[in-house]
Amino acid sequence: MASGKNTLITGPAIDSALAHLVLTREVEDFLYYEADLLDERRYEEWLTLLTDDIRYWMPIRKNVPYRDERGDITGEEDIAWIDDDKATLTKRVRQIMTGVHWAEEPASRICHIISNVRLVEPGVALDANELVVGSRFCVYRNRVETETDFLVGRRQDTLRRIDGALKLARRKIILDQNVLMAKNLTMFF
Amino acid sequence: MFNGGSAKSLIDLQRGEVSREVFVNENLYREELERIFARAWLYIGHESQIRRPGDYFVSCMGEESVILTRDPAGQPRAFLNTCRHRGMKVCRYDEGHTVHFICPYHGWSYATDGRLVGVQQYETAYQPPFDRAQWGLIEVAQLATYRGTVWATWDPAAPPFLDYLGEARLALDLALGPWDGGDGETELLGSVQKWLIPSNWKFVAENFAGDGLHVVSHRSVDMVGIGPNQREGRRDDFGSLFLAAAPRWGHGITYSYLPADAERNDYAASMETSRYFKECWEKRRRKLGERAGLQVIVGTIFPNMSMHGQQPRTILVAHPRGVDMTEMWRVYFVDKDAPREVKQFLRHYYIRYSGPAGMTEQDDMENWNYATSASRGTIARRYPYHYKAGLGVGSIHQFIPGLVTGQPVSLSSEQNTRILYRRWAEFMDASSWSELTAARDS
Repeated sequence: MASGKNTLITGPAIDSALAHLVLTREVEDFLYYEADLLDERRYEEWLTLLTDDIRYWMPIRKNVPYRDERGDITGEEDIAWIDDDKATLTKRVRQIMTGVHWAEEPASRICHIISNVRLVEPGVALDANELVVGSRFCVYRNRVETETDFLVGRRQDTLRRIDGALKLARRKIILDQNVLMAKNLTMFF
Repeated sequence: MFNGGSAKSLIDLQRGEVSREVFVNENLYREELERIFARAWLYIGHESQIRRPGDYFVSCMGEESVILTRDPAGQPRAFLNTCRHRGMKVCRYDEGHTVHFICPYHGWSYATDGRLVGVQQYETAYQPPFDRAQWGLIEVAQLATYRGTVWATWDPAAPPFLDYLGEARLALDLALGPWDGGDGETELLGSVQKWLIPSNWKFVAENFAGDGLHVVSHRSVDMVGIGPNQREGRRDDFGSLFLAAAPRWGHGITYSYLPADAERNDYAASMETSRYFKECWEKRRRKLGERAGLQVIVGTIFPNMSMHGQQPRTILVAHPRGVDMTEMWRVYFVDKDAPREVKQFLRHYYIRYSGPAGMTEQDDMENWNYATSASRGTIARRYPYHYKAGLGVGSIHQFIPGLVTGQPVSLSSEQNTRILYRRWAEFMDASSWSELTAARDS
């Protein structure tokens, strides 16, 4: 549904608008639930929200001229901050759970603020198998005593419906920093 | 110098003790910028970042931004990234291609050979005209390339780069050469990871110079296993380990050695990579014989260029940003002629190992962070650090150059870090390269 229109929706369009609204709410609920799992350190439950073929990718941002056709985001086969499959994400979770992963021991306090959730490609009939969803994140991390990081950016997710439930099949994390101003990236986005 | 004393007084090599002031003292840090980073050879980039004339890569030396570019004659050149008129940075992109670097402030423009070629109102505003040839970009005193890497120094009296490498030259040959031991090229696997860590830069330098005892801090990643095989751990089996230092130059390397008749099954998690490596290993054995199995694990070229030689394969430069802040720049390498699948497998492995999201490196940065901050206190800095492991051990080796400590001591020796700090003190105390050379030869 196009935003910014002031027209009254009538007739059969209502069904379509309502379906869009319900789907948007379902997607928001999924993303907020995911954020709760992460912030409550329920990492193993979080892993169950990911498809087995997930690509979890955080490219690097570069300083480029305004009209540079290459854009300011590193490419699919370039070095990235993170480019994980399910196996590596599972290992990250297991590493935190060892109790001797000193970068997360003692555990950081992490808060995900997720907003600007929008269906970018909702599928023609709204019941398409996959949805592309845009959102913004503010990830706040505070650890040990006063150490604080505040990482902000965009995400583009592909959600897939499997047995009726939404799962995360792809996440592109576009962090708004060039030189990363955090000593490490132990948190999930 | 420090409280009127010498830097040497902060380093006690006989007892294996180094003062904490070395890591936390603001005055010493300012002196380091002058006496180390303005004099030593520093890694500034790779030739694959500037393939054609006009290509540039914005690098840095010490705290200062430097443009590495290739001039119209095809020569690599490096210039301080500041306009001669009023100091504005003339390039604020990370990399690219250009004919001129044009200052946004008053429009002065410079060619890629550093010449000042454009000055606003030059014909009318300057009477008499000034000599533009004297006002080009400030160029490094010396630049050298070695196996694709580019190095520079601000000191015209610094010895030639190959002399400066000393016995560590073999380490660069091994780390930067192709896996098959031939003459092929290696290339950067894409972009640079740059990130800030709240740590003194020397924690990074000493870690890679030879601190085998810190491996215990990586227990979590060893438990979950992220290596390029299907087993636990972080790497394939590299065999026996040797610490080697270039004693008069301050460089430290950790080598590994497997006999040439060893059956290897490296990179078993990727059939394509495993096959590629096996082919390379066969070629390497034929070419290098008993030395085929000699590899670099890690190393530091004094002061702040560190490398991993194979798993992963990467260069890290620890740029100083204050006594308790460091900007890490990490690049990754692959054989240029390796198949795409191999490069992509390695890319995934490299960045789950190293960098800010690297499951190994994360724990290092936590340690360096809190070691720096916990050493700043009035009481804390009265007590030196402990570098006594392997005191008096170390000799010569059949084909590993330098001062070598082999097994069973090898990785539990701190000889390389002691040598790094001895060189650090020589740099800090010497007023010129001729004094440094004398210290080296004594």
